[in-house]
Amino acid sequence: MQNDDVIWDIIRHHHCSYMAKIQTGNFCRNPYNVTGICNRSSCPLANSRYATIRDHDGIFYLYMKTIERAHMPNKLWERVKLPKNYMKALEIIDKHLEYWPKLLVHKIKQRLTKMTQYRIRMVKLSKKVREKIMTVPRKEVKRESRREEKALRAAQIENVIEKELLERLNKGVYPDICNYDEEIFNKLLDKNKEEEQEEEEEEAEVEYVEGDYELEEELEDDIEDMGDFLKANNFDDIEGDEDDLEEQPTRKKVKKASVSYPLKQDDGTEKVRRKDKKVIVEVERDEDIGNRQHNVM
Amino acid sequence: MAKEKKRKAAEEAVDGDDYIEREDKKPKKQKLILASQIKNKEKRSAVYAKLKHEKRVEKRKKIKARDAASKQALELGEEPPEKMVPRTIENTRELDETVCRPDDEELFAGNDADEFSAVLKQQTAPKVLITTCRFNSSRGPAFIKELLSVIPNAQYYKRGTYELKKIVEYAKNKEFTSIIVVHTNRREPDALLLIGLPDGPTAHFRLSNLVLRKDIKNHGNPTSHEPELVLNNFTTRLGHRVGRMIQSLFPQVPNFRGRRVVTFHNQRDFIFFRHHRYVFEVKEKKEGLKDKKSKASQGKTEKKAIARLQECGPRFTLKLVSLQHGTFDTKGGEFEWVHKADMDTSRRRFFI
Repeated sequence: MQNDDVIWDIIRHHHCSYMAKIQTGNFCRNPYNVTGICNRSSCPLANSRYATIRDHDGIFYLYMKTIERAHMPNKLWERVKLPKNYMKALEIIDKHLEYWPKLLVHKIKQRLTKMTQYRIRMVKLSKKVREKIMTVPRKEVKRESRREEKALRAAQIENVIEKELLERLNKGVYPDICNYDEEIFNKLLDKNKEEEQEEEEEEAEVEYVEGDYELEEELEDDIEDMGDFLKANNFDDIEGDEDDLEEQPTRKKVKKASVSYPLKQDDGTEKVRRKDKKVIVEVERDEDIGNRQHNVM
Repeated sequence: MAKEKKRKAAEEAVDGDDYIEREDKKPKKQKLILASQIKNKEKRSAVYAKLKHEKRVEKRKKIKARDAASKQALELGEEPPEKMVPRTIENTRELDETVCRPDDEELFAGNDADEFSAVLKQQTAPKVLITTCRFNSSRGPAFIKELLSVIPNAQYYKRGTYELKKIVEYAKNKEFTSIIVVHTNRREPDALLLIGLPDGPTAHFRLSNLVLRKDIKNHGNPTSHEPELVLNNFTTRLGHRVGRMIQSLFPQVPNFRGRRVVTFHNQRDFIFFRHHRYVFEVKEKKEGLKDKKSKASQGKTEKKAIARLQECGPRFTLKLVSLQHGTFDTKGGEFEWVHKADMDTSRRRFFI
């Protein structure tokens, strides 16, 4: 015979395998429990008339157990499918549990509410786009890193890039790049046009002059300074002298200066500026210079 | 040793015909003791060292002989013997029928009709949107900052919690040409998603070996000139497509005065990214150094142009994981190429 009190006594004071003791209280792991707490009124084993709601694949079922079937565990729980509509489900619960204790009915309705809410949340969440984390076996990760290292060594990237850039330079992709030596510059021009050869020889002469230029630079320093100093006062005298003294070499110097001015931007800007002044002073060779630059382009 | 002697005796007794052969074999059997079989460590290491030395000497002899032969052949005016080419993985790569040939009409037609042709033909200027995954941390923002300096006309938008498909729509409305999504995993940028717009292909790359600018020694600072692009080794059809996709991120008119070069170098399916500033210089190379004894041709200086690089900007490697036909849609999209574990079985097979 079913005696709920005896059952409860034994379960509570000796051992119940569904009971889980946590810091905050005792919980019941029995799937048929309405509230989930280990209680005299919530224990499905210690109540011969009991009902729950359980969820199967998103559909809620009302499970009921009565004392008349207590001797047939196989047919103990009676199941009623509940509609997805919350209000209709409530009506059905009311209909089936009409003469049952109010406390239990209340608990069941609370459970139904909670379950509908979390069903809605689950559906929303599954529709949301979430990132799926895929794991890669360590063996593959290591293999990839090894292969990458070897590929890096085989690639010799810097050499390849340098070669590629030089190729592009030789092809003439860079029309206005401005930081390589004029001799290479000339070589490139040679490859395209032969006219430049004559001018190259003149260039050679200019090189010869270059040494003098360096010596004269030191003189120029003083002269220039004087020039600046005197510009404030007198304009013509000293500049005229400069012209007379250094006319011959300056002509060619100027030519060279005009060519190298745009190229050697990085080193010795002071020098460049001085040459600049020279260019302004000498007007004769401007046309040639202009021509030359056109050829360059 | 005793056993061997017995065997010898037995063989001697047995056959007369094979006698000579066996005789030859016998001394070999006696001598062949591997260095690894000696139990005494000192003796073993001594024997092994001797063995190595012998091998090295032999190798050097071979090399010398080869060099002498080639030199002699040169002097005599004959053809030098063929230089031996070392076998590399690139040499022995499995034959791939999708390798692009220079005279492939179909390829050019395909290029005209593909999604990048608008940008590559300079009809539209590239405009890039950079964003991250939902949880961005640590090196992510630094990497993105550097990316912004590398790619001209790129903008960074915070991710928020928007779905990627919504971001794609938003970008389309604002007329971007591509989206880059930097994905972080375990506080390190892990993957790069390159989405072309509109309905461009989506390329998913795995990012590794990221080195930020501040961690590079003697790094340079990039300017804002349009960079030059160098795309190396994109040989197959797939590689060509990926190359064009990368090309469509950058403006097609580089400013050579800026002397900035961005390189994507493909080696064995790993795409290495480098960002340099370059300078051309003249290097004096003395010719005829080898003929010191010959009095002619001394002090002959030949000037060569070389390019010098200064690295600036980040350095990382990419590996293509998948290429999908439309914009980002992992569930319903059509994948042109997906990396499967099956593809790693052969060491000589590459796809890009």
